[in-house]
Amino acid sequence: MKIIVPVKRVVDANIKIRVKADASGVELANVKMAMNPFDEIAVEEALRLKEAGKASEIIVVSVGAASAAETIRTALAMGADRGILVKAEGRVEPLAVAKLLKAIVAREEPGLVILGKQAIDDDSNQTGQMLAALLDWPQGTFASKVAVDGGQVEVTREVDGGLQTVSLALPAVVTTDLRLNEPRYASLPNIMKAKKKPLDETTPEALGVDATPRLEIVSTREPSGRQAGIKVASAAELVQKLKTAGVI
Amino acid sequence: MATLIIAEHNDAHLNDATAKTLTAALALGQPVDILVAGKQAKAAADAAAQLSGVRSVLLADGDSLAERRAEPLADLVLSLAGKYDAILAPATSTGKNVAPRVAALLDVMQISEITKVVAPDTFERPIYAGNAIETVQTSDKTLVATVRIAAFAAAATGGNAPVETIAAPADSGLSSFVGADLSVSDRPELASARVIVSGGRALGSADKFQEVIAPLADQLKAAIGASRAAVDAGYAANDLQVGQTGKVVAPELYIAIGISGAIQHLAGMKDSKVIVAINKDGDAPIFQVADYGLVDDLFTVVPALTKALAN
Repeated sequence: MKIIVPVKRVVDANIKIRVKADASGVELANVKMAMNPFDEIAVEEALRLKEAGKASEIIVVSVGAASAAETIRTALAMGADRGILVKAEGRVEPLAVAKLLKAIVAREEPGLVILGKQAIDDDSNQTGQMLAALLDWPQGTFASKVAVDGGQVEVTREVDGGLQTVSLALPAVVTTDLRLNEPRYASLPNIMKAKKKPLDETTPEALGVDATPRLEIVSTREPSGRQAGIKVASAAELVQKLKTAGVI
Repeated sequence: MATLIIAEHNDAHLNDATAKTLTAALALGQPVDILVAGKQAKAAADAAAQLSGVRSVLLADGDSLAERRAEPLADLVLSLAGKYDAILAPATSTGKNVAPRVAALLDVMQISEITKVVAPDTFERPIYAGNAIETVQTSDKTLVATVRIAAFAAAATGGNAPVETIAAPADSGLSSFVGADLSVSDRPELASARVIVSGGRALGSADKFQEVIAPLADQLKAAIGASRAAVDAGYAANDLQVGQTGKVVAPELYIAIGISGAIQHLAGMKDSKVIVAINKDGDAPIFQVADYGLVDDLFTVVPALTKALAN
């Protein structure tokens, strides 16, 4: 079966972002970008399924500006087979991404779509669930273990209070949690090879999807800062301060 | 029209998250119904009926809803959606699993993890691991949102809403429950605890984590949390992780022990009322958000703190 892995280009996880002074958004000019960490885990899981003989081809999809092609190349360098870039300017919301992915699923007919559980920029945690809904496929969200067996996939999920295992009829949608795997690094020869792998381009219009945002972002501001704290010298002094503050 | 809340519960007990979501729902200014979907969940429904401000409780009880899998639960919510112009769920693992599925089936954009109701169509929510707060306005026909429970106080009890039984959906057979491995704990639940003692990589081992953190947590009747580093190293269970990818908490007192304070961790706890940091590195970023910092070796300070509290 084919596996589709959607990946998103986001601000690098280690960057401390800055809110624009005019409250119009977050400063993205000249900021280091990278593949969303959860998506790296999704690519890695797809590769492992292919290496275990459970998958035949891995197709990486990204929705965004032309620069998102770099993120697809990263996934190809990790070992994915080919890429599809859906070129869209501006903000594309999870619902629109889910609709675009649905159109690509209709064309490629994968057995599994593996997404990250959330993107670390908008922190929405929606796209995988929405895609599953639109396809009327089962969903295995927040996966920490994925086992494909025949027409089923068994997904162990990280839930509040522990782990839950569900069995899903294929085709299915899985979203990855952090502990699913440790993504590999792309080696230099593989980075070179990835440049020759196929990367198709399409657009929301060509896929028949209206990607206009539904939500209006009124403003973006800095979170309220915390008052500077004090350092105490001993455990006894700390206890006294906490008693004064009324929290113990 | 009205607002529907998807209750968080385990059949026998109604989770605190439901009462907190109710506070957000009441701010929308419409009558509020609570959906309790489960198997033998009458007790949870009765508890929901006692929450103050609830119009009615809908109890859907059946095998297909036993584990609140997303597929049957979304079908159920969808069948009710025509009567509501807002559907809210707490941003718990169940809420986050089902709400976007409902939103997509209604062809609306969900608003995730709202922290403030500015107006019935306008909300604040954190983005970029809590490093920016976005105000968003929706013009969709139905509002579907998840509520960050750490941002709202629990609604009071004292209500007496009627409990109406509704039919559970047939299972589509897309998914089935295999098993669960839930941590058993006598401690307060992390997401709603008043005090949290959290440990990081500096604890060094699972044994040391227990040996140092547990007595202090016992003394304070606190929940135990952990940084991602501590969880990845196997010192603490996954579900104790506090941060962008774990639980978001806002207790009255958060004690971070041997935690450097990476942005992903701060995203999960920086709205705590009082933050205490114990770390031997005086330059650790955690001290930038801590109200009280103690720069010292945790292996000597934490036992001393536990002892000082006992006296």
